Amino acid sequence: MSAQIKDSHDKSMDFLTILIAKQRFGIPVMQVQDVLGEQSVTTIPLAPPEVAGSLNLRGRVVTAIDVRCRLGLDPCNDDEATGMSVVVEHDSELYSLIIDRVGDVLTLNDAQFESNPPTLDPLWREVSGGIFRLEKELLVVLDVPKLLNTVHG
Amino acid sequence: MDDLVAEFLTETNEFLQSLDQDLLGLEQNPNDKDLIGSIFRLVHTIKGTCGFLGLPRLETVAHRAENVLGRFRDGALHVTPEYVTLIFESLDRIKMIVAALEETGGEPAGSDEDLIAKLDAVYEGKAMPAAAAPAKTPEPPKEEAARIPGMATEEELEAAFAAAEALPPEKFDQISNKEATVEKQEPQETRPQAAAQHDDKHDDHKKDGDKKEAPSVAQTLRVNVDVLEDLMTMVSEMVLTRNQLLQILRSQTESDFAAPLQRLNHVVSELQEGVMKTRMQPIGNAWSKLPRIIRDLSIELGKKIDLEMRGQDTELDRQILELIKDPLTHMVRNSGDHGIEKPKDRVAAGKPETGKVILDAFHEGGHIIIQISDDGKGLPIEKIRAKIVSNGLATAEEAAAMSSQQVQQYIFHAGLSTAEKVTSVSGRGVGMDVVRTNIEKIGGSIELRSVEGKGSTFTIKIPLTLAIVSALIVESAGQRFAIPQLSVRELVMTSDHGDNRIEMIKGTPVFRLRDRLLPLVSLDGLLKLKRQAPASTKQYIVVTETGAYDFGIVVDRVYDTEEIVVKPVPKILREIDLFSGNTILGDGSVIMILDPNGVAKVAGDIDTSDSHDAVIGDAMTYATSQQKTSLLLFSVGDNTPKAVPLSLVARLENVKTSNIEHSSGQMMVQYRGSLMPLIPFNHSVKMADVQEKPVLVFSDNERSMGLIVDEIIDITEEYIDVQLGSSQQGLLGSAIIDNKATDVVDVMYFLKATHNDWFKSHGDDPFEGANGSGKKRLLLVDDSPFFRNMLVPVLGMAGYEVTALDNAKSALRMCDEGKKFDVIISDIEMPEMNGFEFAQKVKSGSGWQDTPLVALTSHATPEDIDRGIQAGFNKHLTKFDRDTLISTLSQTLSEHHRAQQGRAH
Repeated sequence: MSAQIKDSHDKSMDFLTILIAKQRFGIPVMQVQDVLGEQSVTTIPLAPPEVAGSLNLRGRVVTAIDVRCRLGLDPCNDDEATGMSVVVEHDSELYSLIIDRVGDVLTLNDAQFESNPPTLDPLWREVSGGIFRLEKELLVVLDVPKLLNTVHG
Repeated sequence: MDDLVAEFLTETNEFLQSLDQDLLGLEQNPNDKDLIGSIFRLVHTIKGTCGFLGLPRLETVAHRAENVLGRFRDGALHVTPEYVTLIFESLDRIKMIVAALEETGGEPAGSDEDLIAKLDAVYEGKAMPAAAAPAKTPEPPKEEAARIPGMATEEELEAAFAAAEALPPEKFDQISNKEATVEKQEPQETRPQAAAQHDDKHDDHKKDGDKKEAPSVAQTLRVNVDVLEDLMTMVSEMVLTRNQLLQILRSQTESDFAAPLQRLNHVVSELQEGVMKTRMQPIGNAWSKLPRIIRDLSIELGKKIDLEMRGQDTELDRQILELIKDPLTHMVRNSGDHGIEKPKDRVAAGKPETGKVILDAFHEGGHIIIQISDDGKGLPIEKIRAKIVSNGLATAEEAAAMSSQQVQQYIFHAGLSTAEKVTSVSGRGVGMDVVRTNIEKIGGSIELRSVEGKGSTFTIKIPLTLAIVSALIVESAGQRFAIPQLSVRELVMTSDHGDNRIEMIKGTPVFRLRDRLLPLVSLDGLLKLKRQAPASTKQYIVVTETGAYDFGIVVDRVYDTEEIVVKPVPKILREIDLFSGNTILGDGSVIMILDPNGVAKVAGDIDTSDSHDAVIGDAMTYATSQQKTSLLLFSVGDNTPKAVPLSLVARLENVKTSNIEHSSGQMMVQYRGSLMPLIPFNHSVKMADVQEKPVLVFSDNERSMGLIVDEIIDITEEYIDVQLGSSQQGLLGSAIIDNKATDVVDVMYFLKATHNDWFKSHGDDPFEGANGSGKKRLLLVDDSPFFRNMLVPVLGMAGYEVTALDNAKSALRMCDEGKKFDVIISDIEMPEMNGFEFAQKVKSGSGWQDTPLVALTSHATPEDIDRGIQAGFNKHLTKFDRDTLISTLSQTLSEHHRAQQGRAH
């Protein structure tokens, strides 16, 4: 997947930016199906901790993933959290990634791209498709398939 | 794939199916001209189309088979079972090629020379077995194929005969020589052409007739299955939306929508029914292969078997049809192979020579019932009983006590086959268990009745469809779940007292349901749901029926039954056996659908295992060092009493001193078929002048050792609070037990002393007490009760407040509950979730990700250590090395402390 990302931003690519614990992340816009406000989620007993539950999105069952938990961060307790989520499709199943807040869509150029620093936290390295150097901050590309694959791995 | 080819494949598959049936019919009535004609036509059509599409291999086989069929039709050959078998063989080859074509889009590589040689030999009038001379095949098939135009029937036949005539002269001689001996066919040899032509004209005429008739027979339309699936999905959504609308309507007293909604309700119901119908297929489709299987079987095994099929028209969902096809085939095969006896055995038993296998399908109360019965020898109860014992599924006594009904159920166990010989057909002992699993997977059940000598009957009960099921909505601890109605037998409301009371047997709840004891599982316990308030005593029991056993699911509330659309569980949750899917309710919320078979499995596992979790009701209890421990007190010499945790002691034995042997300075005794090392507690143990000595046996898996003491004093329950460390080897220190100063024994020391090979070397330095400052909280995860019990006092002694758990899952649960620890020690080899996975889970963002994690294993290769570190372990230790363990722990903690302080600054 990371190879794909590299291939596909030979020139530039659109990313939906999201904020988790003040860190900016990006998801390729083409992978995003929906952006949702706070939803009522049914918890699923015995599910892995990162599975926040399931919800009904226009008649389809969507599995909600707590991205904070997945990234090894503390549960969100600051006021910044909006309970928003980004819906992505993976292996023809829908997942909603619960994140702190959603930002703008940015068009990022390949020249700004850099692969993961080898010293990055292994857990993050696993789900990061690389880093974009923005003017004021850094953007971590979320590798959605990896994020979801390892959830049950 | 080419559209034409795709159409050809669909068509050919249909042809092949009817060919199978026609051929079987032909075998029964070898003189049925119409049947021969129809078979010939079908094969011919296949051949013609492949020629057109450029499929040489398929065409050649079809062509040669057609030649032989032509002979039947002309009356030049008499239909015999051998010939029919040969045609079947050709059909199988065609099927094989077609299957490959479907998969790859091209004909598979390979040669059909062997088959063609046989077909040609028959065609040429030679006896089949004598014809196995592949080298003499008149022409390479490809050339032949190229030569045949493939469309016009007469031309083809002519070409074929031309090919036959083109035989080399010596071949002709052969044929004529053979012909005299084999069958009286010479006269026909000269005139098939005319006859064939004649018949072909007739055929063509008939074919035209068929074509004209076709539309009036059944007006059907071939629709892609995907389209139907899509329709079904959409209808499912519509049903959901309707449910939502109706729910809203119910909350409004007066609404203009009421009337149109009622109408919509009806239409949707009808639409749902209609769409469901499109998915329905007669069960006969799944059976079409069975006559052939029985036929082959009877020839192979020399049995006479009649297959009777009833209720072929019974319809069920194609998805289910696909799923039961294989189990059914397997069972029919079993009936023929195991059930029906050889003809002479049957006659001897006073039964007709020909055995009967009856397949029956019918509707019953929203289910489809399929029965497979045979009048064979039935299940050999005693043989199965013996097998149960020899396979270790039960002890001889248990097996002897079983009723024949119970014994029969064991055929659904894996690894139990009663066929003495493994035939090519069955007897490999993988079968009925798979059948049962497959049937249960689709929410069905299977039952068996068998009378030895009379026969067996299997009854399969399956739901009509999987897509929409009616389910009972229940609630437990504030969460709702759906239980498929199919497996719900009845509902019972419980109360505190009186008849409807839940009773307990050693913490296991049961319920008296009329004259039976019903095992219970509580849903909140099973799903580890957190309750805000204790459950009311008024609960409901959903009496649930599964293949394995009946049980009751205890829930807080029961709502109504709802038609729900089953949606598959997302992959993330597939590992949880308890759910078969999820669904969206009328109010729009998502709920999980419970899988009764999964519940039975999990509940059964819980019941039989010695899990330390309290299964039902009460909160989990943890073995902590703050709890009382059962201690065994003994004395050696006249010193202070010694104490050892009772749970560490496997057994107490009195060993006759005369039985004690010596080997390389080590005392041994023969114990339970192997040598057990013995070690006196210390030199003051008096070995002389006594006939017997008490021995404490410690064992873990296969290893055991005996500790010789002077006298066993008592068993008591106390907090172990070791107050004074000891410099004496073999002692942890002293504690006050029963108001007396007592030495607490370091079992590890003695284990090491006897099993040096296994335990790592032991430093002789006396143990340094732990730092006096506030107790550090330590979590120990190890599945072996032995090590848990051994380490808890050792670690407690070192100043840790120890919580011991027997599996990683409960550890993670504690993590979720927000318990905090200063350090975690985990075993690597554990069932369910091993240490590596546990470490990954802990380090990937649990509340414990900053807690240092120490791996503890009985063997540590460098690869293991690497893997451990990758998984997130901070340290890797071998078991049994107390000192290293303690020092590593304090080292890890101080490193961690420093690291945290560093981070804070």
